[in-house]
Amino acid sequence: MIIAELKPFQEIKDMLKDYRKILILGCGACVTVCMSGGEKQVELLALAIRMARKLEGNDISVIEQTLLRQCDPGFIDRIKDEASQVEAVLSMGCGAGVQGIVEKLDNMPVLPALNTRFIGIADREGNFSEKCMACGNCILAKTGGICPVSRCAKSLVNGPCGGAQGGLCEASKDNPCVWQLIYARLEKLNMLHLLKEMSNTRIWPVHPQKLAMEEAGSIKE
Amino acid sequence: MEFREALDSGKFLITAEIGPAKGTETAVILEDAELIKGKVDAINVTDLQSSVMRLGSMAVCHLLKDRGIDPILQMTCRDRNMLALQSDLLSAWVLGVRNVLALTGDHPTLGDHPQAMPVFDLDSVGLLKTIGRLNEGYDMVGNQLKGAPNFFPGAVVNPGADTQAALELQLIKMEKKIEAGAKFFQTQGIYDLDLFEKFMKRIEGFKTTVMGGIILLKSAGMARFMNKNVAGVFVPEPLIKEMETTKDKAKTSIEIAARLVKGMKDLCQGVHIMAIGLEKRIPMVLEEAGL
Repeated sequence: MIIAELKPFQEIKDMLKDYRKILILGCGACVTVCMSGGEKQVELLALAIRMARKLEGNDISVIEQTLLRQCDPGFIDRIKDEASQVEAVLSMGCGAGVQGIVEKLDNMPVLPALNTRFIGIADREGNFSEKCMACGNCILAKTGGICPVSRCAKSLVNGPCGGAQGGLCEASKDNPCVWQLIYARLEKLNMLHLLKEMSNTRIWPVHPQKLAMEEAGSIKE
Repeated sequence: MEFREALDSGKFLITAEIGPAKGTETAVILEDAELIKGKVDAINVTDLQSSVMRLGSMAVCHLLKDRGIDPILQMTCRDRNMLALQSDLLSAWVLGVRNVLALTGDHPTLGDHPQAMPVFDLDSVGLLKTIGRLNEGYDMVGNQLKGAPNFFPGAVVNPGADTQAALELQLIKMEKKIEAGAKFFQTQGIYDLDLFEKFMKRIEGFKTTVMGGIILLKSAGMARFMNKNVAGVFVPEPLIKEMETTKDKAKTSIEIAARLVKGMKDLCQGVHIMAIGLEKRIPMVLEEAGL
């Protein structure tokens, strides 16, 4: 899923300073699971904003709403009524979600409440780590199902750089050297021979990328 | 004699390393280079070592070439995409550079611009393959060059990898580097000759040229610092004690380095001396080692 975190409250307050009526819009997908932009977080943020503005003597009216998914135009049509009553929408979706709303509300400022961080999974409750960079050319079959593109600080594909100490990455001692994890897993699977294969240079996609649904799931030669 | 000829001649190779300053000042490194000229087969010039922004390797290599010294251009994949890497290789060739040491490079977070984008479009293996393609007269996507270089490419290996997995991975990558065209290897600094001997036994079948790395010790504190912070460097306690108890640090530092050089003569094909600011001691180390 996409992992995102709430922006600093001061930054959110500054974004809203010119508005007196807003809609805070949560998203029921990834950011609900990673507990940064779901229904509950909408409620808490709305409360905090109302209180802060009240203390400043500059009341704000806040409508709360959460869509099943902000990245799906079919759902966004459902908030057009609420949106017509406010001056701005504060989206608690990921960066894609914010822009999904933008494309449906052409005369309305849409502001981001979150910083979108990465594609990852939960290690344990409330702790997430990056597992995929959407590079468009998955090599997990060659690396024991552990991704060096997203989990090596240098995205190296032919083995580690040699900078690890005690199995930890030179760029951040919080992270294991992913190549050592790959080695351990391939050793268990009796597939160490895969490490000897020469990997090719990564191919950078041209952004923004597009993909048609019939293409996404079709079996290609 | 150029470095490639020295290597082909089968003599015991000696290279040293100099690091450009942060700024346009070149007097000190050129003075150091003149001092060791004639005593070494080539001089490496580092490429923004430790990810600290400095004067570039290519310009300094050119200055060395002008002074009759054969330089080894260190080239990392940290700061340049594949266009810039290839273009800089062509530029280096035009400026007289003949030897390239292909490195992955430290991560920017280790240096003085930690917010910089880590490029790593290619890795060290990909860079070696690219050098091979340029030598054949093509760029890495197969376009023909108008005038091709003929670089002598080398690479690095870290025999002191501190876990079994790290060591096995180093060996696998070393084989890939050889397959990708590396003609010589310079190693991370070595202080334990027994461990190094075991490493050399492991790679006997690789049939390549290995130059053992020697880092001159400044003090016991520096040794401890490296043990803690530099991947693959391990200074054994007796050597640290030796530096700690000596009355003449410079003399002891030279003696230790000379002992390592002598020990390596029976183990590998050469030495690569990293003096890190103590370049003026290199001739004394070589003399003490009888080279």
